[in-house]
Amino acid sequence: MSTPDDKQPVKKMSIIVSKGSLDGIYPALIMANGARMEGIEASLFFTFFGLNALANKTLDHLKVSTVGNAALNMAMPMLGLPMTLPFPTVMGAIPGVSAFATHLMNKEMEKLDIPPVREFLELISDSGGKIFACKLAMDMFKLKKEDLMDRVDDVLTVGQFYEESAGAGTHILFT
Amino acid sequence: MKKTIAGTEIDVNEEGYLTDASQWNEAIGTAIATEESIGALTDAHMKVVRYLREQQAKGASLTIRSMGKSGVVTTKELYDLFPGGPLKKSSKIAGIPKPVGCI
Repeated sequence: MSTPDDKQPVKKMSIIVSKGSLDGIYPALIMANGARMEGIEASLFFTFFGLNALANKTLDHLKVSTVGNAALNMAMPMLGLPMTLPFPTVMGAIPGVSAFATHLMNKEMEKLDIPPVREFLELISDSGGKIFACKLAMDMFKLKKEDLMDRVDDVLTVGQFYEESAGAGTHILFT
Repeated sequence: MKKTIAGTEIDVNEEGYLTDASQWNEAIGTAIATEESIGALTDAHMKVVRYLREQQAKGASLTIRSMGKSGVVTTKELYDLFPGGPLKKSSKIAGIPKPVGCI
């Protein structure tokens, strides 16, 4: 899109990711990758449950949240049912349901050329985007840098992350 | 709208993308690359441009992921070759429509 002279372009997106479900992680990855594609700098700061997206043991197995997700309807896990039909949270609690919904959603995303989480992080890293883990959350969950996937640039404190985000035209987004 | 570039009159949209890919030639690509501050087009640039045109002709939808998997260029190389918007700028230079996807 053209940028009128009176509008300052976004120069950098600093995205804080605090959720560890598939639906919590993907929007952040898509926004970061999309920023790089537009020539906008991008940093991702994973904190709290967001660390699931970086930990080697969990990142290939992230699930859609089917419990306590009031917005989830029967159409969304690609069941071919109407959007007006709610997805009962009790149903979401049945073992295997979250995995099944995740499987259906992954299939749909693959069709749209949305990569799996690990590949997506590699793509963002290759494109010059930065991937950071929150030190405090790492300490809390007893994680070490070697527990995280190899594209993590650094483990940062909150202060360091803000320093990293410095500059006019930076936007900080919390997801 | 009409635009004269590299001595040829071409049809472009308001963002400068060619609306008819068949009007394209290498001289036009080179001139757009200069406008986009990409500089001189090397063999590596041209490999990407030719690949984009082939894919476009086939009706394939282009994504940054598919480019990285194409074997023509890695993601890193693509960003280095076309800084400031790898898929957008390479598509503009290749005379194909602006990519519409989010990936």
